[in-house]
Amino acid sequence: MSTFLGMPSLPVFGTGNLHASESFPKAAHRELGNAQLRANLGHATHTIRDKRLKVVAELPDWEQLRDAGSAIKESVMARLPELLEQFEENFTARGGVIHWARDAEEANGIVAGLIRDTGETEVVKVKSMATQEIGLNEYLEEQGIAAFETDLAELIVQLDHDKPSHILVPAIHKNRTEIRDIFLREMPGADPHLTDDPAVLAMAARAHLRRKFLTAKVAVSGANFALADSGTLAVVESEGNGRMCLTLPETLITVMGVEKLLPGWQDLEVFMQLLPRSSTGERMNPYTSLWTGVTKGDGPQDMHLVLLDNGRSAALADEMGRSALHCIRCSACMNVCPVYERTGGHAYGSTYPGPIGAILSPLMTGIEAEENNSLPYASSLCGACYDACPVKINIPDILVHLRSVDVDSKRGKKKIPTQMDVGMKAASWALSSGKRLGLVEKGLPIGRLAAGRDRKITKLPGIAGGWTQSRDIPAPPAESFRTWWAKEHQRPEIEGARKPPQDKGDQA
Amino acid sequence: MSARDDILGRIRSALRDGPEAPQIPRKYRATSGLDQAALIELLVDRLIDYKAHVSVVDAVEVPTRIAELLADAKCYVVPTGLDAGWLAGLDHETGDRRRRLDSPAAPLPVAELDGIDAVVTGSAVAVAETGTIILDGSPNQGRRAISLVPDHHICVVKAADIAGILPDALRRINGTRPLTMISGPSATSDIELERVEGVHGPRKLDVIIAR
Repeated sequence: MSTFLGMPSLPVFGTGNLHASESFPKAAHRELGNAQLRANLGHATHTIRDKRLKVVAELPDWEQLRDAGSAIKESVMARLPELLEQFEENFTARGGVIHWARDAEEANGIVAGLIRDTGETEVVKVKSMATQEIGLNEYLEEQGIAAFETDLAELIVQLDHDKPSHILVPAIHKNRTEIRDIFLREMPGADPHLTDDPAVLAMAARAHLRRKFLTAKVAVSGANFALADSGTLAVVESEGNGRMCLTLPETLITVMGVEKLLPGWQDLEVFMQLLPRSSTGERMNPYTSLWTGVTKGDGPQDMHLVLLDNGRSAALADEMGRSALHCIRCSACMNVCPVYERTGGHAYGSTYPGPIGAILSPLMTGIEAEENNSLPYASSLCGACYDACPVKINIPDILVHLRSVDVDSKRGKKKIPTQMDVGMKAASWALSSGKRLGLVEKGLPIGRLAAGRDRKITKLPGIAGGWTQSRDIPAPPAESFRTWWAKEHQRPEIEGARKPPQDKGDQA
Repeated sequence: MSARDDILGRIRSALRDGPEAPQIPRKYRATSGLDQAALIELLVDRLIDYKAHVSVVDAVEVPTRIAELLADAKCYVVPTGLDAGWLAGLDHETGDRRRRLDSPAAPLPVAELDGIDAVVTGSAVAVAETGTIILDGSPNQGRRAISLVPDHHICVVKAADIAGILPDALRRINGTRPLTMISGPSATSDIELERVEGVHGPRKLDVIIAR
């Protein structure tokens, strides 16, 4: 197949839960008004940040592991077609069946069809970002199939009919009391005397899900890694819900983005050191399962893998942005982000929040999709995310790149110049010569008038109002530095009188 | 065009600029350089940190220790390939009536496993630095389900099978076997990031390190 040569296809963007349906500043403004959310998030992100730092500091070769991880992922992207074909061959040879899905809709259809083939109407699910991204649970519900989330945090979110707000700890925005209340309200047969002790709540979840695990015939999972040279898949987890889903049912359907591949077994030693320390701040997560196709007499005998594009090829086509696909979904970038820490994940709209989401979502959907062009601005560009990223994705650089993509996409589309266009034009005129700037600065005293007696300007007009929305501007000085300098230096007789006689040698 | 060809075509098209696959710098550690005594000490420290129970015994004492740990179990399961002699402390004259045997050829139903209190298995390799034990489904470890459903897992680690760090450990096993990496009892940090031990997997993990 080489028909694509010579006929460059346009990037085909992803669909599903990848969009901000309202602009980030608007959504952030609303979320910031929730004091409980901010308290929960502040506590959680700081806790996990400290844990991560502690366990990362234990490894003398952390930076060498990051270098290897980054290079392995870069290599995977460069060799992606070849590695996918190799993986397909190995997975198939081991008794698995591969399905390819161009977008969310196609993937959902495939999974629902596979479940229908088993005759079952219930499935258990291991936490998976990919299925979140394609909106699988909602789709299955429409098809009359009940999907039970089994990860504790996903269960909390599902019971509360809420959306995850963090890729690792989806219920990070809820505190223990809120979770207790959700269980009492939504969990059938919950003990009315349930306390808000996390251990008690975890036991309630165990009791609630135990039956489901033991009787489920079909499980749906994601995958953290896939090894091309053997067809092996890996799921990294903590609670044992993953092991239950991957081991006990007869049919296992895994949904995985095409970028999750690693070339081979040796690469796992790098990523299994990087991921747990970066995500939960543990030396190792409690459970990791690896399976290579079907093993006779052990685990599911009917094994499927849905390989998902859904905009990943579009992200790959962006030379500056493609390294966003190196992401291993550890969530370290959100935990250190000063913006995420305050707004939480819901403000980003997409399944992928935080710094990585601010680049990944618009790369996968195209910058013009809904309000996704507001996401690259959801950052102060402080660079904390880049420092924390285990595979060294240069998120700040990609944010800046996407801002320029956004500006370019708007160019030539508007007939009437916006306030920003006019402002930028004016600034360009004024800042291009000292004389012009001096002229503009003569207008400063007007600002003093606007400031009034408290010498603060609290509200600027037009789009400049965005600046004063959350801060005041001090009144401008009575004269500009330029004016002051000129005045001072027009009095040579005073200058001369003050200065000691100059030495000729000094002047040379 | 099939979805497969379509997607591969899109990816090839996305890579039109021909990015080069870089050399992988593997300058990270391959081994820990620790001797066996230090490896045992480190593994014990890490396991205790995860709230696992650990005993370090001489190989000959393994049967006694297993018998002690199983004292309260009404019934327990073992894989048919469990190392001969490990259950000697329980055999007496007639064999232990609490014992259930499991193998891929004769697997116990899940419902029956759910009623079993404990499981005894061996292990393939352990990682001292991370407190991780890896099971690979060999006959002395059995099917994955038996070390998952019972609430108490008693796992024997031979001192010679302790690797210092993960790269060393992964080099010792076959990646295509059904693998389970276990680092402590099941746990969750999903509620306010406070770690709680014991969720769906075995809530109690006893590790016997055999010198």
